[in-house]
Amino acid sequence: MSAVIDKADIASYAIRWGDDALILSHRLAEWCADAPELEEDMALMNLALDLVGQARTLYTYAGELEGRGRDEDAIAFTREERDYKNALLVEQPNEDFAYAVARQFLYDAFSLPFYQALASSKDATLAALGEKAAKEVRYHLKHSADWLIRLGDGTDESHRRMQAAIDELWTYTGELFVNDDLDRRLIAAGIGVDLAALKSAWNDTVSTVLKEATLQRPADGWMATGGREGRHSEYMGYLLAELQYMQRAYPNMKW
Amino acid sequence: MTAAVAIAKSRQEQAVWAALAQVMDPEIPVVSVVDLGIVRGVSINGDDVEVNVSPTYTGCPATQLIEMEILEALQHNGYPKARVKRVLSPAWTTEWISDAGRDKLRAYGIAPPAAVKGRVSALLGEEPDVACPRCGSKNTRKVSEFGSTPCKAHYACADCLEPFDYFKCL
Repeated sequence: MSAVIDKADIASYAIRWGDDALILSHRLAEWCADAPELEEDMALMNLALDLVGQARTLYTYAGELEGRGRDEDAIAFTREERDYKNALLVEQPNEDFAYAVARQFLYDAFSLPFYQALASSKDATLAALGEKAAKEVRYHLKHSADWLIRLGDGTDESHRRMQAAIDELWTYTGELFVNDDLDRRLIAAGIGVDLAALKSAWNDTVSTVLKEATLQRPADGWMATGGREGRHSEYMGYLLAELQYMQRAYPNMKW
Repeated sequence: MTAAVAIAKSRQEQAVWAALAQVMDPEIPVVSVVDLGIVRGVSINGDDVEVNVSPTYTGCPATQLIEMEILEALQHNGYPKARVKRVLSPAWTTEWISDAGRDKLRAYGIAPPAAVKGRVSALLGEEPDVACPRCGSKNTRKVSEFGSTPCKAHYACADCLEPFDYFKCL
C-alpha cells in the first residue's frame, strides 16, 4: 500500500532544492565581470543561468502545488531567512576563486547523482526536471573538476589556496547526505531521493578528482548542519539583503 | 472520421507546421524552432491549436521569447486561440536537431553537435571531434565549454585560425 502523498510535502521538497539552486546561482552571479578571465565570466554566468532555470521550474511547481497564489518570484524574493532550506555549502562566500571552484565542485559532485536519481521519481514534474537538470549539471561538474585539477596541480600558490578552500568547505559537505523527516516521507512514497545513498558516488568522484589535483582529501570530522531547517551561517542574511533588495524596497514591483 | 475530415485535418496540420517553420531561434536566426527539434507535437481541434515545446536549457532566456513568437506566428495564420505548452520530458537533446538544421548552423558559422567518439579523458571528458565550420579542419581546440549562449561552447581552429561557436551536445 502506498503512503498518502501530501502535496504540501512535495511543495516543500521542490522549494528546498530550488533554494540550493537559487542561492548557489547568486554566489556565482557575484563573479560577473570579476572572474580571472573573460571566458570564465561567461562560464560562471552560464552555470548560474542553468541554476536559475532549475530554481524557477521548482518554485513554479511548488507554487502550483500550494495553490495559494505564490509564483516563482514570491517564493524566490519574499521569504524570511529561516524559510530558505538550502544547504549551508551553497551560501558560503566567494573569498577567492579557489573557494568558488571548491564550493562548485563539492556541490556538483553531489547534484549530478542527485538529479540522476530524481529522474526516477514517481512525481512526473520532479522526474522531468531531474532528467533535464542532470544533463546540465554534468557540464558544471566537468568544468569545476577541470579547474580543481588545474589549480590543485598548478603553482605552489594555487595549490595552497585550493587546498585551503577544500579544507574550509569540507565541514559543509556532510549535511548534503542527511535524510530528514521530509526526505524519509518522500523516499517512502517513491518521490524523494535517498540522500545517504548518494554518498558513495560522491566519494568516488571527489577522491578521483582530488587525487588528480594532487590535493589531500580532508578527514571527515565534525560536520555543520542546519541549512535544511533554515538555520543558516552568518553570510546568508547579507546574501538575501542583496538578492531581495528590489522586492523589499518596492514590494510587488514587476520587472 | 471520414476521409474528407482526415484530409482537412492533415492540411491544417501542414499549415501549422509551415507556420512554425517560419519561427526562428532569436539567438540563431537561421534555424527555425522546427529545425531545432524543440517543437515536440501539435494537436489541432478545430481552431484550437496546442503546440508542445521543449526548452533547450532550463535557464535559456530565449524560451519565453520563442513561445511568444510561436503564438504570434500562429495568430497571424488564423489561429487566435493557439496555446503553447512547455514540456520538460523527454528532455530535449541535440540529436533532435534536423539534418537541415545542422547544415544551416554550419553555414552560419556554428559547428553543429558532433558525435563523441573514443577520446575519453580521465574524468568525465568525452571530447567530441569538432570540425571548423569555415574550413572543415578537425584540428580545433576548445577555448571554453561555455560560450555566448547556454547551448554553445567556444572553439578556435588551429588551421584557419578563426574562432567559432560549437553547438554542444546535450
